[in-house]
Formats: sequence, C-alpha cells, structure tokens
Amino acid sequence: MFASPRSPLMLAMHIPDGFLSLGVALVFWALAMVIVSIATRRTQQDLADRQIPLMGVMAAFIFAAQMLNFPVAGGTSGHLLGGALAAMVLGPWGGILVMTAVIAVQALLFQDGGLLAMGANIINMGVVPALIGYGLYRSVAAAPPKLRAVGIGAAAWLSVEAAALLASLQLWLSGTVALAVVLPAMLGVHALIGVGEALITVAALAAIARIRPDLSGVAAVRGRGSRAWVWGGMLMSLGVVLLSPWASSHPDGLERVAADLGFLGNEQDAALHGLSGYTLPYFSNSGVATIGAGIIGIVVVAAVVSAFVFVLRRRYRTA
Amino acid sequence: MPVYHPRPSSAALPPLTEARHTPVIEVSHLHFSYADGHKALHDITFSIHAGEKVALVGPNGAGKSTLMLHLNGILGGDDHVRVYDLPTIKANLPRIRALVGLVFQNPDDQLFSPTVLEDVAFGPLHMGLPEADVRQRVQAALAQVGMSAYAQRLSHHLSVGEKKRITIATVLSMQPELLALDEPSAGLDPRARRQLIELLRQLPQTMLISTHDLLMVGELCPRALIIDTGRLVADGNTAEILSDAQLLHSHGLELPHIPATLRFPGPVTVSGSS
Amino acid sequence: MHVDPFDSYRAGNSLIHELDPRPKLLFTLAFIISTTLLPDGAWLSLALAFMTVLGISLIARLPLGYAIKRSLLALPFTLAALTVIFVVPGQPLLTMSIGPWTLRPTDAGLIRFASIVSRSLISVQMAILLTATTPFPDLLHAMRHIHVPRSLVAIISFMLRYLFVLVDEALRLLRARSARSAGERPTRGILWQAQIAGHMAGQLFVRSFERSDRIYDAMLARGYTGYLYTLHTHIIQRRDWLAAAGAVIILSVIQLAAHLP
Repeated sequence: MFASPRSPLMLAMHIPDGFLSLGVALVFWALAMVIVSIATRRTQQDLADRQIPLMGVMAAFIFAAQMLNFPVAGGTSGHLLGGALAAMVLGPWGGILVMTAVIAVQALLFQDGGLLAMGANIINMGVVPALIGYGLYRSVAAAPPKLRAVGIGAAAWLSVEAAALLASLQLWLSGTVALAVVLPAMLGVHALIGVGEALITVAALAAIARIRPDLSGVAAVRGRGSRAWVWGGMLMSLGVVLLSPWASSHPDGLERVAADLGFLGNEQDAALHGLSGYTLPYFSNSGVATIGAGIIGIVVVAAVVSAFVFVLRRRYRTA
Repeated sequence: MPVYHPRPSSAALPPLTEARHTPVIEVSHLHFSYADGHKALHDITFSIHAGEKVALVGPNGAGKSTLMLHLNGILGGDDHVRVYDLPTIKANLPRIRALVGLVFQNPDDQLFSPTVLEDVAFGPLHMGLPEADVRQRVQAALAQVGMSAYAQRLSHHLSVGEKKRITIATVLSMQPELLALDEPSAGLDPRARRQLIELLRQLPQTMLISTHDLLMVGELCPRALIIDTGRLVADGNTAEILSDAQLLHSHGLELPHIPATLRFPGPVTVSGSS
Repeated sequence: MHVDPFDSYRAGNSLIHELDPRPKLLFTLAFIISTTLLPDGAWLSLALAFMTVLGISLIARLPLGYAIKRSLLALPFTLAALTVIFVVPGQPLLTMSIGPWTLRPTDAGLIRFASIVSRSLISVQMAILLTATTPFPDLLHAMRHIHVPRSLVAIISFMLRYLFVLVDEALRLLRARSARSAGERPTRGILWQAQIAGHMAGQLFVRSFERSDRIYDAMLARGYTGYLYTLHTHIIQRRDWLAAAGAVIILSVIQLAAHLP
C-alpha cells in the first residue's frame, strides 16, 4: 500500500490540485519562485560548494523527522512539520530551501500536495514558518533557557497556525470552501497539531544544544540572517495572533473585506450575504478603511511588543 | 550552484608520464591537529612505491581515517604529503584527486547519487572528460568490480557487499594510480568479504588499506604500517609484524585466535601478492 | 515497515514508460492546469479528462484502478469542500435542522462540490500516472531541463538518496524506543513522550549534519569543485513529438467541450 509516512491530519496541510483556482495557484507560484530563488542564492553564498550536500541531507532529515511521532490520547499522535525547526537550525533561507525540497518530493513522489498547488504549499509550510520560526527564535536566542524554550515553542506553534490560516484563506479565495466553517475548523485542529510541533521543536533544539552546542549556540544564531527577519517574524506572528481569532469568529467580516476589494466574484459575494446572519457595526465602512484600521492596529501592537522584547533583551545582555 | 552537462574539457589532465621510480605517495613529518585542538597525527613519515599493497592498522581513533584524508588533500594541503612528487597544494588537487582514489568506510556516504551509473560517472565527469569517455570508463569500472548489470540500479536498493564494490568502481572510473581504502571489509558477511579480497587482489593499483581485519592483511598486503595515537609505530614486513604478538597487543590489536580444538591442520599461510 | 518511495514507480516497458520524461512532466502540468480551468458542471469535459487518465493507464499497462485508488489521498480536503454545498446560492434542495443550525444544500452548491472533487481527483490521478511510469531520477533530469533552479534539483536528488538512509535511522530510533518501553503503558505524561520524540529529532539532526560533512568529503575526493556535472541521459525522439502532439489535441478537445455552447 501507499508508503507515505504522514498521518491524515498532516495531509490536511498539503493542498492537493483541484482545490485552488488557477489565479490563486499562479500568484503563490510566482511568489514562491521569487523567494526560493533568493534562498538558493543566499545559501550558496553562505555555504559555497557545501550547499548541495548539506541542504540535501537536511531535507532528508526533515522528511525523516516528520515520522518521529509521540502518542497522544485516543490513538492520535503528535508530529513535526518541521518548517520552524529547519529555519532555527539552518537559518531562514536554508530552512526555506530545505522545506521547498521536502514539499516538492512529497508532491512529486507521494502526491501529498499538488503540483499546481505547490507554490501555495511552499509559502504556507516553508516560507511562513521560516519567517515566524526564525524571527521569534532569534529574538529569544540570548534569553535564559526557560524563556527561550517558551519563545521557541510559541514560534513553532504559531508557524503551524499561520500555515493553517493561510491555507484556509487560499482555499476560500479559490471559492472551494466556506470560510465560516473551514477557518475555525482548520485553526482549531492545527492549534492542537501545533502543540505537538512546539513540544518536539523545543526538545529537539535542547537535544542539539546538548550534543553539538556549536550548531545551535547563540553565536551560531547571531551569525545567520539579518535583523529584518526578527521584525518580519514578529509582524507576521502578530498578524496571525490578531487575525485568526477575529477571522474565525467573524468570517463574514473578512469575506466582506475581500469582496469590497474585488477579490471575490459576484457569486461568492452573493453567497456571503446568504450566509451572514449578523453584521459588525465597525465594518460598515469601506473595505479599504477597514484594512487601514487593521494595519494601524497591528503596527501599534507590534511597536508595543517590540519595545517590550527590546527592553528584555537589554536586560539579558547586561545581566 | 550551477549544475552542468560535461563540456569537452580543457581541464582534462594529461597522463603522468614521468619516471615511475618516484614513490606514489611520500609522507614526511606530517603533523595534524583538528580545530578543537585535538592532535590527530604526530610526525608521520613513510612512502609507498608503485605496485605495493600496504596495510594501515591500528586501534579506533588512532588517526587512520585522518591520515587517509590527507592523501588527496581533503585535510592538510602542504608539501608534507606528496603524490608522484606533487605537493598536495590547491593547484595540484584536481590532478592528485584523479591519482589517489579514496574509498570511504561507509558506502552510504560515498554513494550520493540516486543511481549507480551517476555515481560511477561522478569522478570522470568532474575530471572534465567528455561524455563518451565517461560512459566508456563507467562500463570498464563496473566490469572490473563485476557489477556491469547494475548501472541503472538505485543505490539504496543494493546490499552492503554490492555497495562496497560500487564504491570501488566509483574511484576506479577515475583510473587512479593509488587506491586508499578505509575499512573495506567492515560490515561484510564472509562471502562478500571473500569476494572483496579477491577483487582487491586482482586490481593492479597500488593500495593502502586501512583495516582491523588482520587476516585480510595477511592475505593481501606484504607490508604493514601500525599507527597508534597519531604516531607511526611500525612499518615493515607483514609476516613479521603479525607474528609479533607483543607489538600487536601493545597497540590494541590481535590476530583472531582459533581455539586449538578447532584448528585446521597445517600452518596459517601468509601469502603476499606482488 | 520499509519506506520506499520508489514503490510509486511501476517498472514497465510500455510506450508511456519509454517516453522522454520532459514531455511527460510538461503534459502532466498542462493537464492539471487544463482540468483546473474547467468550469463547474462541465461533465463532458471531466468525463473526457477521466477517460484520458484511464487511457494512459491502459497504454502503460497499469491496473485500471491503480491511479483511482491512490488518488483517494486527496479526500481530507473533500471534507472542507463539502461546505460549499450550503453557501453557493441556488435552488434549495431541502432544509435540515441540526441543533441551532439550519442547513440548506442548493443545487448549484452540489454541482460546485462535485466539480471540485472531480477536478481534484482527476488532477491527482494524472500526477500519480506520471510518477508510476517515470523513475524519479529521470523526473529530476526533466526538471533540470525545464529550468527548475539547478541547485534545487541537485538538492532534491541528494535528499532522495538520503531519504532512505535517514528514514531507516529514524525507524531504528523508534524501534529502540518501543523496545525500551515494551509492554508498558505510557505512564509518563505527553510532555515526557514529546521530550523523547524531540530528543530523537535532535539526535537525528546531529547525525545528519555530520553525515553531510562526510558526503562532502567524498565529493571532494572525486574532484567536486562546486560545479555539478551530469550525463545527458535523454534524447527527444520522434515518438516524443508525436505523443506531445497527441497531448495537445486531447487537451484542446477537453477545453473545447467545456467552453463551446
């Protein structure tokens, strides 16, 4: 029978062909191509002729590590998707490149995830986890062990939630799911999957630090990537934290925004009116105003959190 | 990093025509420490002449693999190691790597391509040979190790013994003068080990064989080097070295001992092969 | 369990098996795009596309149910798509009340759902046929030729080679764990279990990292200087052009059937 080592729950993250509209699929393909080609170039600059063997073996490692499960109640088990872990141990570009290889092999060999949908899958499971995972990891790399572990776990958990959020949005933009049902379901399921991801990622990094401290130490982390990753990761995380609960409790608000911006055709536009049983007073404005308000909100919160983290880091450095 | 199809080579190396009386390998006063300060090799000096089959024995951690990595300039890179009088400096490395075929201990580390064909072709392709020559060399190398039927096979489907033979083919296709083999018989069952010994006996190349398998040393190598804690402690006739139980014992080695009740009639033969 | 992705390649010597991998890969992509483009309810086109899948299975001498069985992998997503039945406006078919919710499946919703599922299954089936009739190394070669970044292809090729080695290592770790806890119910909590899984992942990472060093040495020893050379293993032949022409005709017919009134 089929030899794919992943559980059905993990498959829920790999979008197959046929579920994304051509437009959505191509947009994410284009985005993925740009990012992956930068990743290819950047890792080559860093690793030179070691790039191919290292990245290749690391991709095989992530694939194998996805099989290392642990039993949770009721016959289910905790798993690793590995996007955040890959970025934490290999740097963001290395993580993206490795996850791209993993996703490509899963699609080509196991039909886990489609060929046309591969661009979206690379963004969801490779790029976004790298951004969130690495960004948050770097900002806590110098923290004391307990706080560091919490930061790493939060990063891993968020990276899974972000992937689920993005996948739901892509499906919905393609007109293949009803967001009101699918978004809370995806976020709910992956909130649990994310706990497994967080626990394994924290334990794996602790193990690496014990066996080969030179591979995961503070110095190794500082050396990789720029500060932009920290900010990017932080913003992305905030986006997920703020957007997910709001979108899953008020999906019609999100649909309204998308419809106003012209993302959705008339059909879906009509559909959402049939669905929505309530209205949100502060969304009666135009979609653009809403987005603007959202962005301002995110920036304010980002600034507060960043200031907080900055002060904390100061203290660790002087302590 | 670019991936290319072969170009007709300007880099292809003309065969060495110089006199064969220079040693194939000449190691003189070689020291080596790893980056963590661990001193792995201490004042090693020896040389190997064309046609010799030399054993390199010693306990684990003695520095055997480290020494092997110096033979084609993966470690080191100065004139303490010379191949046909060429110091192992960067400019000479392409030529030296074609002259010295290094066979690693774990075949899974050496067979890094999906198919046998691609693996055996890797060396000659990277020597800059044109495709037709590469294919001809691949055929010849596979024939030499008796694996001609395996070209299209996938490396991970092979048995350990088959992998070992293919790893030897991957360097034979570069037509090296010296084969440096790291633990070639490790992990083989008796039949695969026997086939390997016969293969090594037949190959015309000069050889340096790093191993714990003293019975194989007795069969294949008239000369043996003992290395322990990074120092060369013996260099001489294999029969003499193997019969010096005191010497073997003091360096953590011993000849497999067959209890008297099971012993076969007749003496253990030590057959040289040059 | 021995994980062997080459399970998905079914050795054979049919016309399909022997075609150059480049046109095969391109056709698969074109077929998936074409299928994705089919509008809802284009049953004739969907049927034609499905016939194409069956036809190729026949020519490749694969069991007819082979691709169909394996395509069921996409089913978890079908669950998500079920939701469109209730949100696409159309003639309500019936009204169901489940607790506080009232569900009204519509005819248009049902058509949308059936179309999504068909498009997806047919696309997945064609991808399955591609991997069933093309050895993965050939697929990699085709990728190189259609301008997938070459180092990415090389990375995937290394990944593929070491997948087996590392998966075996991972399985050994898992076996060792179950040997230690033989017969015991996991008395310690989930946290402890996760700790062990994470520790295994960390161990596997370090071993993999060190292995990549040894592989790099082995590459250097055989003359690698940062440029990877590969053999030309495929030459496009007349039958490849003919097959490509056939493919274009098939795709055109499928699209015409969908878009002509």
